[in-house]
Amino acid sequence: MPTSQIDMNTFNSLKESTGADYIGELIDAFLDDAPNLLAQMKSALDTTNAESFRRAAHSMKSNAATFGAMELSLLAKELESLARENNLEIGNRLEVMEYSFRQVESQLRTLK
Amino acid sequence: MTTSVVPAHLLVVDDNKVNRMVLSRSLEQQGHVVETAENGKEGLEKIRTQSFDLVLLDIEMPEMDGFQVLEACLNDVNLRQIPIIMTSAMEELDAVVKCVELGAEDYLTKPVNPILLRARVNASLEKKRLRDEQRKLFRTFATKEVAEELLRTGFSLGGKYITGTVMFSDIRSFTTIAESQSPADIIELLNGYFALMIEAVSNNGGIVNQMVGDGLMAVFGAPIFHENHREQAVCAALEMLEQLEVFNAQQIEKNKNQINIGIGIASGEMVAGYTGTQTRATYTCIGDTVNLAARIEGHTKVALRPLLIDLYTREGLSDSYKTEDLGPVLFKGKHQAINIFSVSR
Repeated sequence: MPTSQIDMNTFNSLKESTGADYIGELIDAFLDDAPNLLAQMKSALDTTNAESFRRAAHSMKSNAATFGAMELSLLAKELESLARENNLEIGNRLEVMEYSFRQVESQLRTLK
Repeated sequence: MTTSVVPAHLLVVDDNKVNRMVLSRSLEQQGHVVETAENGKEGLEKIRTQSFDLVLLDIEMPEMDGFQVLEACLNDVNLRQIPIIMTSAMEELDAVVKCVELGAEDYLTKPVNPILLRARVNASLEKKRLRDEQRKLFRTFATKEVAEELLRTGFSLGGKYITGTVMFSDIRSFTTIAESQSPADIIELLNGYFALMIEAVSNNGGIVNQMVGDGLMAVFGAPIFHENHREQAVCAALEMLEQLEVFNAQQIEKNKNQINIGIGIASGEMVAGYTGTQTRATYTCIGDTVNLAARIEGHTKVALRPLLIDLYTREGLSDSYKTEDLGPVLFKGKHQAINIFSVSR
């Protein structure tokens, strides 16, 4: 079994406070929205729109943290900080974040 | 955790769908009724058109951010009492501090810890409930303005110098009227009369701060200063006399006693504040100006005019008021004669 992308304490606490039958809907909301955020970040890079990039990274960071996807959240946070300083020289960080998201995605699908 | 909560009507304002879902669902699980808004503009519209017990407000949002919504609420007397809890990311702590300094009730960092969410929301609701109760209590004993000032500034017995206008009014020969009536009729007469007089004072921005027997004392320009306090007082007095005519016409119809009143008005500096003890106090004004207004009211019996004012009040009126100079009058306890004017409609 691959290492968990999700901090299960955070995830279970979320599940408990929102009601166990609701977690599926929440996961769907995140997984449906995340590709839009990734697309927004890519297009923001192409048009060097740091503010748009930052907003998308901010949402990704926040949503990942909500589900306990700490590594993904940290990667998004790093991108958010760079964009806040108007720095879009991010190397391959976006690809790394996307890869991390795909792993989180597949694990979350098993947790619905 | 099964502490019973009184269900409250809450609003969650956040541009992030997952945040909105998590917050509203968690609060619903805690027994509250929750509405959501996707941005500051939509949030403010909902706050203005619906009645919420508490708002959870994100800071960073398109179309009006959390700051602007908070400021708009704090600047609106009708919305100011709604507690607002800011929700933000950990790194936005500077912004959160600014919000709390501005007047936000509390804050929560996202992702929100469910136990903290419950604790902060319930504490804020409880504080609001106590404030509402206090407000209701103040309003029973004090006027709306005094109640709001007490809530805004906190309760302190200290006084301050203010410039304002004081009005005294009294029913002429009330003792004679009272002797010829049953106690129930006297109280009914007084209540009907006071209701009309207090309305006339309030309509013109004044506050009635004392009712003793058949007399009342009103202040204009305090506790909240109004530039035209002198004109407000005279307008109120004229409205009182007009209301009294209507009241008397009804009394004639009911075959009951008519009443006549005398009104005295003086303006100037006075000391205003709460007198009494921490447990029982009233907002009042004291000083020469107040004494003068009382003396002028007494003088209406001699001058046979229903409404008399002093020179300084006269100077605050536009030319549209009909005033008559009655010359200087030397009042008891005063060393200098005072110029008195009669005002008529």
